[in-house]
This record gives sequence, C-alpha cells and structure tokens, in this order.
Amino acid sequence: MRREKVDVLIVGGGAAGLAAAISATKEGVKTVLLERDRSTGGVLNQCIHNGFGLHVYKEELTGPEFMERMWDELKEDVIRPNYTVLEIKPKTREVVTLSEEGLVIFEVKALVMATGARERPLSSLQIPGSRVAGVYTAGVAQKMVNIYNRLPGRKVLIVGSGDIGLIMARRLKIEGMDVVGVVEIMPEPGGLIRNVVQCLEDFEIPLWLSHTVVEIHGDQRLNAVTIAKVDKNKKPIPGTERKIKVDTLVTSVGLIPQNELIEGFVEMDPINKGPIIDEFMRTSIKWIFAAGNNVAIHDLVDFVYEEGKIAGYYAALISKNEKLPDSDKRFLRGQNVGVLLPQRFSQKKSFKIYLRPLKSFKKSILKFDDKVIRKFNWRIRPSEMIDLVVKDFNNFGPNVTVEVNEID
Amino acid sequence: MIKKMTCISCPIGCELTVFVNGEIKVEGNRCPRGLEYAKNEVTNPKRILTISVKVEDGVMELVSAKTDKPVPKKMLHEIIEYIKGLKIKAPVKRGDIIVNDILSTGANLVATRTVLKKD
Repeated sequence: MRREKVDVLIVGGGAAGLAAAISATKEGVKTVLLERDRSTGGVLNQCIHNGFGLHVYKEELTGPEFMERMWDELKEDVIRPNYTVLEIKPKTREVVTLSEEGLVIFEVKALVMATGARERPLSSLQIPGSRVAGVYTAGVAQKMVNIYNRLPGRKVLIVGSGDIGLIMARRLKIEGMDVVGVVEIMPEPGGLIRNVVQCLEDFEIPLWLSHTVVEIHGDQRLNAVTIAKVDKNKKPIPGTERKIKVDTLVTSVGLIPQNELIEGFVEMDPINKGPIIDEFMRTSIKWIFAAGNNVAIHDLVDFVYEEGKIAGYYAALISKNEKLPDSDKRFLRGQNVGVLLPQRFSQKKSFKIYLRPLKSFKKSILKFDDKVIRKFNWRIRPSEMIDLVVKDFNNFGPNVTVEVNEID
Repeated sequence: MIKKMTCISCPIGCELTVFVNGEIKVEGNRCPRGLEYAKNEVTNPKRILTISVKVEDGVMELVSAKTDKPVPKKMLHEIIEYIKGLKIKAPVKRGDIIVNDILSTGANLVATRTVLKKD
C-alpha cells in the first residue's frame, strides 16, 4: 500500500476526464487522471464515424481524431492507466484505488468524476425467451468490429434507434452483415435525424417505429426473434407478431450514468440520474466536481468536453484554496422539461445550460418563470439536447422555473 | 419541384425545404452548409465514408479511416469493396494518406488514428 498526495484527481479518461486534465494542468496544479482501461479516450476509440468536434475544434472529426487532438492538447503526462477506483471517502478526501502496483490511496484536494455511462442491457427489457449467445449491446458490437476486427454474426436485427444503434446498423452493413432492420418502441427515432438519413436510408435499412421485440428464440445461439407492433402505451398488439430469422441481436436501448462511487453521499438528480451540479460543475460536496455522461446523457462529445474543461479549471482553483461563490439559486423543472443542467447557479457570470424537452414540438418557446428566453422556430425533440448561454439573471429570484411550451 | 429533407452536415439536423425550379432555393438552413448540402442532394448526393483498414504488424489489427472529401453516394458500395481488399503496414499516423484519389473520386482515404508498430 502506498499513499500519494495530489491537487486534482480525475476519475475516468474519456472525453470529460481528458478535457478536465487539459484545463487542470494549465493551472499548474498536481493533476492525476485515473483510467481503468489500458489507454484513454473511452468510447471515442471505437466511434470511428464522424460528427465530432464541430463546436470544439471547428472541424468535423471522427472519434479517434477527437481523442488524439485531446492527447495533443494535454502537455503533461498525468495519465495512469489500469487504475480502478474502489472507494471514495468523503470525510477524509481519500480515494482508494487498485492497480498493478497494488493498493494506492490518493489524498486529494479536489476530485473530478468523469466516469461516463454504461449501456442498458437487454435483460432490463425483460423479454421472454432463453438467454442465448448472439445478443450484444451496440457498444460491445462496435468494439468487436472496430477495435478487434471481429463480426458478431451474419444476420442481425437492431433493437433501439439511439445513435449508437443507427450507427451500428450502417457499420455492420458496411462490414458485410445482413442487417434486416431496426425496431424502435417509440413512435419516433431515438437518435439524431442525420443518423436516420445517412445510416438507414442511405443503406436501405428499414426502421420499424412503434415496434418491439417480444420473444427471443434459440437454443445455445440465437436463431430468431419475434417482433410486434405496440400501441400508445407501448403494449404489444396481439396479431401483429412476426418471427424474423437472425443469429444476432444488437441492442441500443439507452445509457445509464455511472455514479456508484459517489451516489451514497452527493445529492443526485432523479431525472438526469447524475449528481446535482452548479455552473462550475461542482456537486453538492464543494471539492467534488463532475462532468460528462455521468452527470446526464449528452448527445455531443463537444458538450462533454466543454463540461470537462470547466470542471478541471474550477477543481484546480479549489485545490489552490480559492473560493468559489455559493450556488444558492436553483433551476426548477416546469412543464415539458426533462434532463436539465446545471440545477444550481450563483448568478456571478454567464454560463451554459442544457436541457431536453419531454416531448417533440414543432414550434416552441423556452421560459424562465414568465420571461421568454428563447423561441424555437424549428422542431425540438427529446433526442436532441438544447444548449443555450444564459447571461443576465438580475431579474430572477432564488428559484427559477424552466419550462417549454408549444406555440402556433 | 419541392423537396423536404433533413440536413446531415452536422448533428443539429436542420429541416430543409428545397425548391427546384431551374434555380435551387433552400429554406430552413441555419448555416451555409445547408445550402450546399441541399444542392448536392438534388443533383449528386455525396457522403464522407468512415471505415477501417486492416493493418499488418500493428498494436491493433485495424486503423480507422475516412475519405477527406464527400464521395458520390452511388459509388459507396464500390469504394467499400475496394477498401476491404487493402492491408497496410504499421506504423500509421493520424492524417496519413492510405489511398490517393480513391477510385478517381478526388478524395483521399486518410487514417484517423495512430497505430504503432508491434514490438
């Protein structure tokens, strides 16, 4: 066992963690980034498609390019690969880790949680049938194909039209699999429309909206699935079942923020499923910051990067004993607001807020209390996160209700 | 002719209305790339292709790659089949040109990550 003192400790080496490391090291504080995998980059390693970096690098990049750009930006060698965090002790500010050198306890001045998200597994959908081989989450299939050069099977059905599902439909088709289609339980696609166009329509892959998988068939290996149409309440409609022969099922049914290390002692947001944070990306514990998909699921790595930068910077300030203003103001969810962050703020400077509407609206307005902040003349959807910069808060009280309303 | 489409130039996905009447007019785009996209889409649709290429003697079996310009959509299949037949030697650096002017499209196939040589 060894002990080590650090100013800023970052847990997780994906986009948020790397961005936090970039800004923390710029402040000249002793920074260490812990990564449980062999190298950093997180999911960017396997996201070989493009669409990343338009906000941050003003260029359209692929995942690996975005990752290597961050490596270029990070001037100091602060990365410790193959470290797993076992426990965070909030009272003593200790972080207990396990690595090839054994147990290492870090004594930290500030902590940035950048632990990202994991995929919801198929078992959470509770589909009847045997638990056969040939069922993969989209991220696992993506890693097999893009990193390890292995195809998961020959004929595949995709469940869930989240972005990773759509991208994997195209990817598996390009690699020669027979992609029979994508089923989506909701009446509209879960991922970005651009991905419906360039992943499905371009490659003539059918999308079955308001459909779900009702049964899995096979002995040891999957050999077929039954799909059915669903009604408004997402219940399968009897008589609409169709059995489709496939040897592979790829699921893209959502991501779960990973917060096991801190959820026992920081305040959590039940909607975002991440810690409650302020505009400095600070949690309810003053020296613990969080950024990225562990705070809430984001659509764009650019947003995750920006949050990581903020978290790393303010974590560095805290580690130098600088004081941050109290975040005693709150955003409250009003009508039609789902994911929302930050939930607290201090009113001292302008900052960005992110939100998702609960429903799709053709034209809508965003209001803070009764004041219109933004008018959307284009369709907004739950699947597309809205970001806006907030500047002036002088006319608001300590509780600001955020709501989205449809207009004509 | 009036066509509705979603711009795929970036993740925002503007909903475009394209008026083709000799001259091409576009509504709904929030940036100039929407105009460019719509014009291409009604004449010769193009896409950036992202794919991977086999690597010999590398720390990874594959290097990710992309075309540095959009290539005609109708040639995607042919280009994909051509790339599947390739095998390159490590090391490969991000930005290295793997194929110059792939199938005379005017686009290069470039590496999008670094794959070092296996010790």
